[in-house]
Amino acid sequence: MVVRTHGVDPAPHVGLRTRAAVRAGLATAALSRRLGLGAGSIIGGRVTLALDRQALRRLAAGRRVMLVSGTNGKTTTSHLLAAAVRTAGRVAHNAGGSNMPDGAVAALAEAPDTEYAVIEVDELHLAAVAGAVDPTVVVLLNLTRDQLDRATEVGAIAANLRQALALHPSTVVVANADDPRVVWAAGTATRPVWVAAGASWLGDATTCPSCGATLTFTDTGWDCACGLTRPVQDWWIDDGKACTHDTVLPLEIRLPGQVNLGNAVMALAAACAAGVEGGPAAAALRQVEVVAGRYAVVRHGAQDLRLLLAKNPAGWAGMLSMVTEPRPLLVIINAREADGRDTSWLWDVPFEQFTSRQVVASGERAADLGVRLSYAGLEHQTVPDPLAALAALPAGKVDVVANYTAFHQLRRRLSREAVR
Amino acid sequence: MTVTIGLLLPDVLGTYSDAGNATILAQRLRWRGIPAEIRTITAHDVPPATCEVYLLGGGEDTAQQFAAEWLRGHDQLRQAMETSAMTLAVCAGLQLLGRSLRDASGHDYPGLGLLDIATAPGRRRAVGEVVSTCTLPGVGSLTGFENHRGVTALGPGVAPLGRVTAGIGNGTHRTEGVLTDRIVGTYLHGPVLARNPALADHILHKVTGCPLPPLDLPDQSALRSNYLR
Repeated sequence: MVVRTHGVDPAPHVGLRTRAAVRAGLATAALSRRLGLGAGSIIGGRVTLALDRQALRRLAAGRRVMLVSGTNGKTTTSHLLAAAVRTAGRVAHNAGGSNMPDGAVAALAEAPDTEYAVIEVDELHLAAVAGAVDPTVVVLLNLTRDQLDRATEVGAIAANLRQALALHPSTVVVANADDPRVVWAAGTATRPVWVAAGASWLGDATTCPSCGATLTFTDTGWDCACGLTRPVQDWWIDDGKACTHDTVLPLEIRLPGQVNLGNAVMALAAACAAGVEGGPAAAALRQVEVVAGRYAVVRHGAQDLRLLLAKNPAGWAGMLSMVTEPRPLLVIINAREADGRDTSWLWDVPFEQFTSRQVVASGERAADLGVRLSYAGLEHQTVPDPLAALAALPAGKVDVVANYTAFHQLRRRLSREAVR
Repeated sequence: MTVTIGLLLPDVLGTYSDAGNATILAQRLRWRGIPAEIRTITAHDVPPATCEVYLLGGGEDTAQQFAAEWLRGHDQLRQAMETSAMTLAVCAGLQLLGRSLRDASGHDYPGLGLLDIATAPGRRRAVGEVVSTCTLPGVGSLTGFENHRGVTALGPGVAPLGRVTAGIGNGTHRTEGVLTDRIVGTYLHGPVLARNPALADHILHKVTGCPLPPLDLPDQSALRSNYLR
């Protein structure tokens, strides 16, 4: 089979070795797509990195690179930020959510001569990626627990970011002032911009990341006896608008929920930190409606499925304000490597509040979820296969909440079915 | 009689969702017509000595040291755990009830001393599924997820909760957890009582002293066979 890369000259400003590596990666990605194996960005990026270990550094050279990291909201915020920055120039962006170094390489290789790059980065890889690309801006959204088996405890992640940010004195760190772990991690930044972006879940933030004592929370902030305290905000939300001490910008976004207003103000602050003009940037946030399939409404037979992704307690907490209508609810839970193998986190999700709807538990860990729902006092059905589970729900609007691999499996199966 | 379940320090030792054990105990009582109440006891509270059950969960290293100091500062709680209540202690919570704990820098600090066990960091973190055979008659296999670096040595005469058949557990002599008349200690998350209802009923039987009719929970046997096959 011959795979062509549509004549793209990969990254004209980089050396021969990187160019060859990028060509091989793009060809592999195209092959992967053609074989129906996926979007191809991960495997393509891996091939490029295997052939040239310096590919990330070389591909990023000369661009204004903006990294978006944190536990929840990375993909959504990077989409909002990319839309805002596009008002100032062309942007490379790992829009599909491949947020390891290989995904970053693939995004830069596929858009070789942009002025800007907006790259979502897994919080465990931020230190390495920042080391390679020397970012103009780092956006740090929140730090809560996620995949404790694969990652490390959140305190260790914060400590790692704290060390990494100290190495980049010229980088502007746009950080969430409402998250104590983010504030501690960003405490080494020379140029912080503090944003009151909110914190939907403080289950992991009750103790001080610096000294281990319990934090004191008040209506206006939080502090610790050791001196760590909520910083004075540079950006905040007031009456649905993004405010600084000398500007007020509209935050008219199409994405649902309070948590996405927080993501939007983080994106706007980051765009402005990179020199993008605020007015056009704020207006561009409206362009984002669906983020890598999330928030999409998909027609499935006589059902309209609203697809939502939540993969940990904080993600669920942020999403609860989006699922307030008592529609039938399908919850799909897997526990693969990318989800975290341990399903214990389901016990920190307040399923108790879904008593007034029809609920179906599904996914490879449907039984774990079903037991959790029983103890939450929820009558439910348990149907491990997600499409069979949909068949058990009535026509009309259905909310579907899935964790990471479950979400992507469902999207693939729904689109295959739609083609048929 | 209302059974009071004291959930200790969920704000400090809540990292691994072990608070679910409180919900499970309370619901298993209510479903059998026995009133139950969960009392959440945070670091800012003075712990009551009157609970029938106390629960301690897992947490991160700095949080564990804070919890050790807090527990040592409340002697009436220690007395209740020693003389009147049942305690379920998971992971960091289990380690805290022992004689001593060693932190990552090699410094030893005292635990509550209710159990003759000592914990030190192992070479590598134990992460993954565990299966053990419970030493309590009739409970059978225990399943859970472990995620810790502690190696726990049991003193002479201290009984384990289970014998490990898969996974690491205490990291000494294939033992998992600790079992005394009043304390069930384990490294298993899940939460442990969600995956092992017979262990929950062992605790509840000790507390109520009355026979507990079996509960047929949907999904429970599917969950157990997923992890025990």
